[in-house]
Amino acid sequence: MNLTLYVWRQKNSKDKGRLVRYEAKNVSTDMSFLEMLDVVNEGLIVKGEDPIAFDSDCREGICGMCGQVVNGVPHGPRKKTTLCQLHMRHFKDNDTLYIEPFRAKAFPVIKDLIVDRGAFDKIIQSGGYVSVHTGGVPDGNTLLIPKHDADTAMDAAECIGCGACVAACPNGSAMLFTAAKVSHLAALPQGRVEAARRVCAMTEEMLAQGFGNCSNHYECEAVCPKGIKVKFIAKLNREFIKAQMPGNESCTGRG
Amino acid sequence: MLLPTSTVGKKIMMAITGQVLAIFIFFHIAGNSTIFFHALNGYVVALYKLPLFVWGGRLVLFLAFVFHIWYGTVLKLENHAAKPEPYAKTRYLQATFAGRNQIWTGVIVAVFLIYHLLQFTFQVTNPAVAADTHPDALGRPDIFMMVAQSFRQIGISGVYVVSLAALGLHLLHGIQSSFQTWGMNNERTLPVIEKTGNVVSVLLFFWYCAIPVAIVLGLLKG
Amino acid sequence: MILDGKIPSGPLHEKWDKRLSEMKLVNPANKRKHRIIVIGTGLAGASAAASLGELGYTVDVFCFQDSPRRAHSISAQGGINAAKNYPNDGDSIERLFYDTIKGGDFRSREANVYRLAQLSANIIDQCVAQGVPFARDYAGYLTTRSFGGAQVSRTFYARGQTGQQLLLGAYGALSRQIRAGTVTLHPRTEMLDLVVIDGHAKGITVRDLVTGRIGSHAADAVCLCSGGYTNVFFLTTNSIMSGVTATYRAYKKGAYFANPCFTQIHPTCIPVTGEHQAKLTLMSESLRNDGRVWVPKIKGDKRPANDIPESERDYYLERKYPAFGNLAARDVTSRATKEVCDEGRGVGPGGRGVYLDLGGAIGRLGENTIRERYGNLFEMYERITDENAYKQPMRIYPAPHYAMGGLWVDYDLQSNLPGLFVLGEANFSDHGANRLGASALMQGLADGYFIIPYTIANYLANIEPGAVAPDAPEFQKSCEEVEAFTKGLFAVKGKKTAHEFHRELGKLMWNNVGMSRSEASLKEALKRIPEIRDEFWKNVTIPGSGRELNQELEKAGRVADFLEFAELLTRDALQRDESCGAHFRVEHQTADGEAMRDDKNFSYVSAWEYKGVDKEPELHKEPLVFEHAHLAVRSYK
Repeated sequence: MNLTLYVWRQKNSKDKGRLVRYEAKNVSTDMSFLEMLDVVNEGLIVKGEDPIAFDSDCREGICGMCGQVVNGVPHGPRKKTTLCQLHMRHFKDNDTLYIEPFRAKAFPVIKDLIVDRGAFDKIIQSGGYVSVHTGGVPDGNTLLIPKHDADTAMDAAECIGCGACVAACPNGSAMLFTAAKVSHLAALPQGRVEAARRVCAMTEEMLAQGFGNCSNHYECEAVCPKGIKVKFIAKLNREFIKAQMPGNESCTGRG
Repeated sequence: MLLPTSTVGKKIMMAITGQVLAIFIFFHIAGNSTIFFHALNGYVVALYKLPLFVWGGRLVLFLAFVFHIWYGTVLKLENHAAKPEPYAKTRYLQATFAGRNQIWTGVIVAVFLIYHLLQFTFQVTNPAVAADTHPDALGRPDIFMMVAQSFRQIGISGVYVVSLAALGLHLLHGIQSSFQTWGMNNERTLPVIEKTGNVVSVLLFFWYCAIPVAIVLGLLKG
Repeated sequence: MILDGKIPSGPLHEKWDKRLSEMKLVNPANKRKHRIIVIGTGLAGASAAASLGELGYTVDVFCFQDSPRRAHSISAQGGINAAKNYPNDGDSIERLFYDTIKGGDFRSREANVYRLAQLSANIIDQCVAQGVPFARDYAGYLTTRSFGGAQVSRTFYARGQTGQQLLLGAYGALSRQIRAGTVTLHPRTEMLDLVVIDGHAKGITVRDLVTGRIGSHAADAVCLCSGGYTNVFFLTTNSIMSGVTATYRAYKKGAYFANPCFTQIHPTCIPVTGEHQAKLTLMSESLRNDGRVWVPKIKGDKRPANDIPESERDYYLERKYPAFGNLAARDVTSRATKEVCDEGRGVGPGGRGVYLDLGGAIGRLGENTIRERYGNLFEMYERITDENAYKQPMRIYPAPHYAMGGLWVDYDLQSNLPGLFVLGEANFSDHGANRLGASALMQGLADGYFIIPYTIANYLANIEPGAVAPDAPEFQKSCEEVEAFTKGLFAVKGKKTAHEFHRELGKLMWNNVGMSRSEASLKEALKRIPEIRDEFWKNVTIPGSGRELNQELEKAGRVADFLEFAELLTRDALQRDESCGAHFRVEHQTADGEAMRDDKNFSYVSAWEYKGVDKEPELHKEPLVFEHAHLAVRSYK
């Protein structure tokens, strides 16, 4: 099939950027979206033009490196599917596709469709872990964990950190990302110990990195390639309220 | 204490104040519904016999309004700053019209509120029908006359219906959203709260509209 | 030269303890004066950097992705082995050791493998403490499954995303150290050279992938945790960016490359669909626990799978290997699959595929149970192939997956260049000629969490911290070399993309140096590789410049290294004139097609020393001594 692409081209972070039209000819329905772009790029390179820069690595939907907005939807039209696993059979011949980078103040464009998601790393660095040293830990079965809690933790821990939630959010909020980590660790006894400190530090860092606030639109859940639920945002809110209760260590901001 | 400054704290302030105002919205229409039983004037007199309740309530509402608007504006500005560039092509999968326009329905409601207060509380928009200067047969301020005379003008009723629609949309997103902010959602309760919030918002809209509409249609006469 | 693995003396189970007690320590107050560079943030790199940071060293960690969390360890699906014996089914350190060494077809170093088995239990405990949500039963205890040919249930897992969860655990620990200031993160930065001063590894030269700036970093020790080189085959299950560059450029600076021909082919991947394809996707081996592998008995049978009656199906694994059946080792299964497809009995477009049928299990256990066990895999399969595996059997085919070979290291994970440590898939040490399922995660974390923190101290205690200044002439020279290499690539101004050369090389490698190798096929490859390489240097085209984000330049650099490394791999395969594990030389097989090892002549590690691009590398040998394990013929019959 043949497609018309309008792709965001921006030489570097200082360039203004614009949409450029490309024709993708003879696209196989078995191609993934990124393979379609690979083929377009091969054509551009041979013509001596600068290929479209985009991030990708594992190409099996788990590393979270890829991500573009296709016709207004991060990772494209298919539910629970990353761009690298989105196949062209879900498009129609002669479709016109607008391909843009993830947009948010906290995700500045580096080049074309590549954005800097370092702010996510910063949020994790502010407290998205259990503060345990290597060595000296008890046997894995010392603390029993109800299956339901372990499953809930896993549901939240599946987040791949791709940033689609931020890209889709009208407020550029990283609440789903932050909530997934807060909820994952709060559901486990190992993570419970620091739960109050963590939720305060991570939400503060989120704001400090320039992300917006959550307005409960749930657009994030709709585009999340891993199906992370907004119930985890409610869980984060609960954890935050709990952290404010008297008796908790003071929650005074960036830890 | 991060309540007034943090991202969740600000949202919680929105939720508390919003819920206070929503509760008021319910009692306001419940009380005003005495108009259908020709008991509005009596209800108002009875209400004013509880000055502590009235003035305490007004204070709480005033504070709720101020904080709701303040935090709403702050959040909106922050959110706007966090998403400086729009997409060339936008498509929403789940975000509702109501939710995305919360700030604008809020602005409409706020402007309307000023008008509403000037009209019926301070009674300055039309002194000819001001209740305080026009007692009824029992010597009470004739609230009913004031309301009925005002709403008989189709323009005023129109303004009310449009503003109430904005309020309805505001509640449509606001009610369910406030429960999420309080952390009262999980997979099972989320759809229930969403549906309940929607039903309550729509009911309140129709309930409120019933007064001007009934007057315009001549169903409610003196 | 005969290489010394510096294995401690004494009984096998006391070797590690003995080594620990002998090793020198670094004074706590001096630790921060020692700067350590870690390349890569996969399981080995992230766990090493985090653990070294915790100890107080000054650590610089580099990754070429945008975040440490993207490293390819994240893609591991199945699980991680540990000799915990929780299910009470007879597992032990000794048994895990023996399974691993036997799985590696007796081409790994006994002492390393034993230590790996010893440390396996600690890894699980560490990960649980970090909040890794391993699967648990209703009583709240950790559960396990049996995996990849093991007869005990020792594989811990987190749904189908074990690698992801373990990596996120290590990434969390690393993030904590970054916050604490002990570790400095350098994302989107690619290592392009190792700086060696007076024989010691003293730093690296890198390219900032965003600005294109080339610069050097000095350190007291360098840990290479840059993963495997399987992408030399082009279409593999490895991530797009995975390359041999970091290890290969260390090799060019004098580090020995060991057993490069030991590459693993994974039997259960989704078959190739066309030329456009950029990579292959693995379907977890755990599917073989409930699935049966078959092809039609008749050649060229075009009927849909469900229309082929039971009597006309050939369950070839069950037929050939009655004891292990569908759970036969990876290399055995892969070869058997290639064989039936070579016979013309393959299924799907192009005939390179076989059925992995869970129909029987669905009938027996119900669709819901299967959905619970493998739901995410079925979804993934459907996304890629548009076929519903609940209704029709999956199609699978082998694909290159893992590199057992890597830089040569001694028992302390130190290469022949002092100060250069190599961890995880990047080294050669633990998997011999073939790796068992669920062992890679175990090795990466054992190296990073529990080995390097001790062994690196033993090296650092003997050197002066910061002895080499960052402005030493060697760094300048290294930067100039890297600049010259980049300039050379741009100067070609040819007509073909790096991608095309990679694909061409990959095809050659897959056909001639893939699942089965012959003297003829290898010799042909040795002739063809330099030809492709020459053409690359005459005809590659790279748009743009080196002073910006330039993905084509990055790709071309990696392909250039593959084009040299492929020759080394092939040469090693030719030199190793025996069949062992995943290395199958058609000249050496039993009457029924099994690999025939030659312990008398090849019971050694081949470590190659670089002598120049077009020169033959020099072979050094490290004899493999088996004091404990009994050399048996591996049989899955």
